Amino acid sequence: MSGLLTVLEKMHAARTGYARPLRRFRHHHLVDEPLVIVPLKLAGEAAAPLGCAVGTDPDEPVLLTVPQPRNRDLQHAFFTDLAHVVLGYVAARQGETEEVVPRGGEPRLRYADAPQILVPNRPALDHLGLTGRLTRFQETEDDVPLLGRWLTFFADRAEYPGSSLALALTDLLTAQWATGQSDLEDANLAMLLAWICPPEGTTGAAAAQVAENPLDFPPAGPATDPDFDGLVLQPAVQGYDRAVDAGDPVAAARAEAKVREAVTSQLMPTWRLMWKGLRRLRELPEAAGCEQRWAADRDRFTRHVDRIAEGGPPQPRHDHAVAAAARLATLERAQSRFEAQQAVDDPFVLAELRTTGEAFGGTVVAGEPDRTEVTAKGRTVLRPRLTVRTEDPVRVDDDQAYVCPDRPKQNVRIREIAEDESGCLLVLDVVSGMGTVKKPVPIPEPGETVRYTRVPPQWGGQDFPAPEETPWTHGGPPPGSEEPQGAEQ
Amino acid sequence: MDSLNTRLAALRGGTSPVGFSARTIAGLNENPGCARRALLDASGADKDRIGARVGFPGRFGQSPFALARGRVFEEQIKANGAAQLLRLLREKLGLTIEEAAYLPLEDVGDNTGRELRARHTTAQLLRAAREGDDAGTLFDHPMLRLRVAGCTAYLEPDLVAFQVGGRFHVVEIKSFAVIDGQVDGEQVTAAARQAAVYVLALRELLADHGLDPETVSHEVLLVTPADFTNRPVVSLIDVRKQLAAVRRVLARMSRVETLLDALPEGVSFDLAPDDDGDPTRDPAELAAALHQIPARYRPGCRAHCELAAFCRDEARCADSLDVFGPAVGGMLGGVDTVCAALGLAEGTRAPAEDEAEIARALRHAETLRSGLG
Ligand code: SF4
Repeated sequence: MSGLLTVLEKMHAARTGYARPLRRFRHHHLVDEPLVIVPLKLAGEAAAPLGCAVGTDPDEPVLLTVPQPRNRDLQHAFFTDLAHVVLGYVAARQGETEEVVPRGGEPRLRYADAPQILVPNRPALDHLGLTGRLTRFQETEDDVPLLGRWLTFFADRAEYPGSSLALALTDLLTAQWATGQSDLEDANLAMLLAWICPPEGTTGAAAAQVAENPLDFPPAGPATDPDFDGLVLQPAVQGYDRAVDAGDPVAAARAEAKVREAVTSQLMPTWRLMWKGLRRLRELPEAAGCEQRWAADRDRFTRHVDRIAEGGPPQPRHDHAVAAAARLATLERAQSRFEAQQAVDDPFVLAELRTTGEAFGGTVVAGEPDRTEVTAKGRTVLRPRLTVRTEDPVRVDDDQAYVCPDRPKQNVRIREIAEDESGCLLVLDVVSGMGTVKKPVPIPEPGETVRYTRVPPQWGGQDFPAPEETPWTHGGPPPGSEEPQGAEQ
Repeated sequence: MDSLNTRLAALRGGTSPVGFSARTIAGLNENPGCARRALLDASGADKDRIGARVGFPGRFGQSPFALARGRVFEEQIKANGAAQLLRLLREKLGLTIEEAAYLPLEDVGDNTGRELRARHTTAQLLRAAREGDDAGTLFDHPMLRLRVAGCTAYLEPDLVAFQVGGRFHVVEIKSFAVIDGQVDGEQVTAAARQAAVYVLALRELLADHGLDPETVSHEVLLVTPADFTNRPVVSLIDVRKQLAAVRRVLARMSRVETLLDALPEGVSFDLAPDDDGDPTRDPAELAAALHQIPARYRPGCRAHCELAAFCRDEARCADSLDVFGPAVGGMLGGVDTVCAALGLAEGTRAPAEDEAEIARALRHAETLRSGLG
């Protein structure tokens, strides 16, 4: 969301020097044991791995490094090691199952648990996607192609609004807090966290300035600091090359340790920030809607496990034009549902929507709880009506049903808007959850303060097509074309 | 013109001028409204060293790994008389490979001075254009010229291809990967901007000699590696939009005199280098000189301008909304500072006439905010 309320909180953050909360709840489920991955790649290459810190224990990351990232064999060794960690983690989530009986559908089993991958930022998620693309088609007997399929799965899920299977820490933090800096600076994990949890005795603003120095706070990746590349990494890698060329295994081992030390120096600060940010996020209460979204994630996870077990092929290369369009529509639906759910769950989000007129609130000034209407079929039904005075810039959408978070079962529609000298009067018809003429359910009474937001769209069977149906993509031109999309500005 | 050059040189002071490149010309486009950058670039001032001198060193290093990757890919494409490239172009443009020639323009005898090379390039390109013969020719490392703010900028496109149909195409070789036909949009845009500068320079060259500038195609050939390999692919990119933008910014640069006129007497960015070339200019004085020229900071500056840290600090000290980026400024249309925005929201500041609407919206938002507790 980026309405006036967010802007205002940014102003307040700038004035006070501390980040300001944008939400009362956390809207992404966090598991007890996420797999944190901090990947680094070699500059100038699409996806040549330089190293990564990975693991579930903040005190004991698995550190993987590649002494010569351009060497395909060394790359493969890295992927094998990474596969060991990632696939082991994924396998450990496939224990307990639960039975789900959908209304009118076949009962099915789904895992009670699911994996959760946490990376520093969006580019890191993209990098996992590229790594998945690079490895899933490899024709090796080991686990590397399988790693590719899982990484592709995670990168794909990361694009679904509301999914918590693969998350970027900067996304989670910026959803939760407003800082006094720009979005570009918020994308820098060290600067962002500095605003949110500054060291004792300094303001967030001051801490962020300090955190901008890449010497003390190496970039969170996947790209490394160019100065580090030139001054530290390049000499180390060249040393390794020389030792290998000279056929000197002792020197090669020493040189390899040097590269490892260099890369580790860039990984560890970010690794620590990851856990610091995670700790902070865990302190926040989880929103009610998380449970249902996480269940959908577990469903998706279960289906992917099944697909692999059945010997299905890896996710295809291209999105077909039709599938890509369908996928886009699905993502938009997921986005709008996620937003609507957050507004129901979280007063901050609802308030933000009131600034744009998508939600509204005010005081009930009149009510007709006994009002009835005669339907086209001649039946008399209860249609209570209430009038609400609001100062919100309400955008009227006739087809839209609204709900008050305090009365989740009762939906209303806007019947009429009338302006008067002190704001506007909304005439609302209660269209569901009002009970019957004989057994009416109470509606808000005059004098009561009410808030209404859009009713979240229902979950539909086709809402979350599997990645193999609409595979991972960065979004681009239709398949078959060899060229990148035209360079429109 | 000369008086303009003298005035610009005086602004720069005793340092030797930093020339324009396609990248810096394209960079002007990133923030065309910034007078500070326009004047500094027009005068050939060294923004990098100026930034460092006033206490805000920029970080514009490129990784040696990225540079090496670019070099290796270009060498590979151009090896054996650009064999790989010719094959690709034949497919894309319909060149007949037997006829296509490869003409390196790097050296002119022993002398590789820029002006001499530019003249040599001009002669070769004009001959090709006039003969209009069917043979495709690849001109490697041509040296083109473009007038920017009354000065000559020397530009070196990767390649210029001359096609069978009598049209010139600029070829850009970039080492970022195209994966499954998809590529990072930002990188393509940057490449397109640079290529547009070359197209313009080529067109001017032809027009100056009475030839049809439209012979130079607005479709640029982008050569990139595909799918984690070194296999090159060619894409056609339409740069008309970027061409228009470059023209606009050059037109603005040609009016740099108006910007100069607006400057108070005696403003100079002289670094006053000593015998070793180290700057001796008083940093506070230099910073004061910079403050005299209006800037228009935006967070994106840090990707293309060496003064970004300086300008951000200036914007912060002025409590300016610019530090948040143009989107926030746009939403608060007309309100310039954090203090003013909060004043309107909290009702401690009376809105000006044109602020009535945004003031109402801000007060409404602030009421909602305080209602949340
Ligand atoms: S950094 Fe400053 S001088 Fe450079 S373009 Fe931005 S505002 Fe202008």
